[in-house]
Amino acid sequence: MLASAAPVHRAHTLAEALAQRAAHPHATLLAGGTDLMVFIELGSVAPTAIIDLWACRELRGITTDGRTIGALTTWTDLARHAAIPAALRECARTVGAPQIQNRGTVGGNIVNASPAGDSLPLWLALDAIFELASVRGTRHVPASEFWLGYRKTALATDELLTRVHLHPHGDDRLGYRKVGTRRAQAISKVVLGGRLRLRDGIVTDARVALGSVAATPIRARHVEAALVGHPIDLAAADAVTRDITPIDDIRSTAAYRNTVARNVIRAWLSEEAGR
Amino acid sequence: MIRFTVNDRDVAVSAPPMSRLLDVLREELRLTGSKEGCGEGECGACTVLIDGVAVTSCLVPVIQAEGCRLTTVEGLASDGRLHPVQEAFIRCGGAQCGICTPGFLVMAKELLDRSPHPTREEAREALSGNLCRCTGYQKIIDAVTEALVAPNGSADAR
Repeated sequence: MLASAAPVHRAHTLAEALAQRAAHPHATLLAGGTDLMVFIELGSVAPTAIIDLWACRELRGITTDGRTIGALTTWTDLARHAAIPAALRECARTVGAPQIQNRGTVGGNIVNASPAGDSLPLWLALDAIFELASVRGTRHVPASEFWLGYRKTALATDELLTRVHLHPHGDDRLGYRKVGTRRAQAISKVVLGGRLRLRDGIVTDARVALGSVAATPIRARHVEAALVGHPIDLAAADAVTRDITPIDDIRSTAAYRNTVARNVIRAWLSEEAGR
Repeated sequence: MIRFTVNDRDVAVSAPPMSRLLDVLREELRLTGSKEGCGEGECGACTVLIDGVAVTSCLVPVIQAEGCRLTTVEGLASDGRLHPVQEAFIRCGGAQCGICTPGFLVMAKELLDRSPHPTREEAREALSGNLCRCTGYQKIIDAVTEALVAPNGSADAR
């Protein structure tokens, strides 16, 4: 038991949260706590102050059309919302276990910026827009410009992620795959988020995004380029080795991740080609 | 002081705000039914309900329980009668060494409140964050899927 003695600033509204963020730029942000509490217990994070956002109800929830997701929306909320794309609901059901899905938040996953963050490739595949707010105002940053390096994001020290905005994607095919040690609880070895737009059997637009294979979640742009302009071609997956820089670590090896990244892309493309 | 209710009892605790809810329950409130297994949200032994929602109490700072309604395994029985899922665990042999059992019972209660007659697959998914090293899980799934079915096979009007 290593209860942190750091002072906790508890915000109940967004306005309070932004004021506290501006006043305490070095404070650690707390949402559902499912990552932070582990880091504190392990001693890998020792906050000097904490801003607790959990009670900001206005940042939780999903609009009826499923297009805007509050940063404090939990994975359980996401998994149960009918207007959320099926691939994203499936992703929500693979984050940790049900107890973690009940507490962990969309915003926490995005801001925590782990290269293995389960949802991150899907935000890239969806061209999601992140709304960042501070006492200075609000700005919108595309997912593709948010993760700058290992656990480094575009968030300024006085900013909070408040909402995620999704575009309507019509008949686009969305895919999600997570490869881990087991289905429940596992931290991913490779995560795939993909989106294909087809016209008359030809791919006109493609997003192929991967997690756990580089310092940040990334788009596999060589694979995307190989897909566009042709019928769905499984061989496009071979280009992935030019897009990713996996490492050997506690969960897997670089060689394994290279092979599996290619194979999960092929498996997804194969399923889409068979529809 | 941080105030909340546990098993319908109002409490006020003086622990530092980032204390783990699990430690406050066990050490300050002496509700030792919730167990610490892994301490990092992987095993489910410390599962409690906050406003009816299952969480691993090792990952919840006590400040976030403020104003909430908590249920621990001690709160499942009422008026001296065990909860039907506790009866079912006894009937089906769902517990062996017992350290994971409180977490399974609380998680099962959340599931049964939401879905009184779960399929085996639903029960497996709901309990996927609870680890048991003794039973092999089959008897736990037996217990949860038949908890609200009376011994004569009819649905128990709880």
